[in-house]
Amino acid sequence: MSELIQQEQHHVKLPEGSIGKQTTTLNLGPTHPATHGVFQNILEVDGERIVSAEQTVGYIHRAFEKIAERRPLYQITPLTDRLNYCSAPINNMGWHLTCEKLLGVKTPKRVDYLRVIIMELSRISDHLICNSIVGVDTGAFTGFLYVMQYRELIYEIYEEICGSRLTTNIGRIGGFERDFSNTAFEKIERFLKEYPVVLKEFENLFQRNRIFMERTMGTGGISAERALNYGFTGPNLRAAGVDYDVRVTAPYSSYEDFEFEIPVGTTGDNYDRWLVRNQEMWQSLRIIEQAYRKIQEFKGEEATVYHADVPEYYLPKKEDVYTKMEALIWHFKIIMGEIDMPKGEVYHAVEGGNGELGFYLISDGGRAPFRLHFRRPCFIYYQAYSELTKGAMLSDAIITLSSLNLIAGEMDA
Amino acid sequence: MVLTNEFITQKLTEKFGEAITNIEEPYGLLTFEVPKEMNLKVMQFLHDDPDLQFRFLTDLCGVHYPDQTGRELGVVYHLHNMPENVRVRLKVFTNIQQPDVFTATKLYESANWQERETYDFYGINFVGHPNLKRILNVDEMDYFPLRKEYPLEDQTRIDKDDEMFGRGGSI
Repeated sequence: MSELIQQEQHHVKLPEGSIGKQTTTLNLGPTHPATHGVFQNILEVDGERIVSAEQTVGYIHRAFEKIAERRPLYQITPLTDRLNYCSAPINNMGWHLTCEKLLGVKTPKRVDYLRVIIMELSRISDHLICNSIVGVDTGAFTGFLYVMQYRELIYEIYEEICGSRLTTNIGRIGGFERDFSNTAFEKIERFLKEYPVVLKEFENLFQRNRIFMERTMGTGGISAERALNYGFTGPNLRAAGVDYDVRVTAPYSSYEDFEFEIPVGTTGDNYDRWLVRNQEMWQSLRIIEQAYRKIQEFKGEEATVYHADVPEYYLPKKEDVYTKMEALIWHFKIIMGEIDMPKGEVYHAVEGGNGELGFYLISDGGRAPFRLHFRRPCFIYYQAYSELTKGAMLSDAIITLSSLNLIAGEMDA
Repeated sequence: MVLTNEFITQKLTEKFGEAITNIEEPYGLLTFEVPKEMNLKVMQFLHDDPDLQFRFLTDLCGVHYPDQTGRELGVVYHLHNMPENVRVRLKVFTNIQQPDVFTATKLYESANWQERETYDFYGINFVGHPNLKRILNVDEMDYFPLRKEYPLEDQTRIDKDDEMFGRGGSI
């Protein structure tokens, strides 16, 4: 058969070995609706079964690490927004926490709790997107549209605090740019009241849904040992049964004051990943509730604190800038980034939406980092994709792709 | 038994003696340097020793110090012992003319792409890597962009005094 084709098509120049080949090469991506992002998978498929997969990344590489080498600390915060844009506040705060570690800043408890609220809200919005997208890929569009209004509410809370929604650039070194407004607290309260009902409904829609279970169980699984070797962190590692969570092993921003559980799975497959993310949303709600209550308990002076005392990095009040010489000078020095950092080498990690988001900062005493490296969890665990999908059906590979929660922005930096 | 930095240092110097240099503890994280031909041996020891068990490669990245003649390029490994919750930072340095460093892919699967990224940006040649090619940049690129000799902004611009932004115009 193949000889016949060869004779007939001898004038067509084909890549070597492509005629006798029994499998089909299929490009999934770079812009395919099912990849939810810009990355390419070159699949070798035999019918509908995947023989091998090769990933190509880097389509939206924006050279953040290079840019950061010429930017003062505050000008790097907007870069971190654009890593995992589904949970930008976590990235912002991770970066500010790294700076605080380098500068030796200690933040007041109220600031920590406010930060925890924002970080957990963004974790919820991150997981919400991921889990509902898994739903979309298995054929349930309703859940996705339904929960969007609660992501909208979360974005409104961000808006109330920092003025923007997706790429938030939230907070400052030492705390927040302003105290949370009453509206922000009201919206948080509304979220705490309404969201559990919706999450329960969302959970009911999927958790014991026969179609959903059959589509996700046993696909895209990975053992704990392989997951660790592949550098998995976050929900994907926990789904494989390893209870590693940066919030517990290396608490930052006073996470040690809160009571919460780390949900773990057993098989590391798509269903377990979904369950872990779902449980984490419940735990995040618990944390937000506790933090909210703790904030209400502050009395007097303490109840109005929203930033630490870091005159060299925290912008002075606007009315002072307009009326006082000293404040005006500091304002310009901070905006222009004219303050030298201490020399040092810091690694700081936070639990991002996808896992351990690390910032490795080398400072040589200049105004910009000498070297800044982002440990992007997505980039590291996406390597395992070809192993996860080997021998799987093409339609399962799509679900695996979305349940890993790959964010192209984070992957390509 | 608590895995302290002193204990790890003692274990390492017992095994490798003089080869472990520049031992520091910036912000509590044990940092040390090993000769580049020994990086795998040390990592294997850290991985296998029953007391140490650094089984998780958190991060791998390159650094370029143009002023350190003969050891301009560095590779920094962050290793993690998850059960004891201890991290160490291991560094190797190599010259820029022949930047060969042994690959850690045999030990950690996660090193694969991280080494490709380091190669992509710094040109460090990981000896024994199964698929060492560019990952984030285009394949046709013929330079290593994160090296310090490539300035970020157009140096011919005269409307901006670069002295006002960090460290001078040349870097």
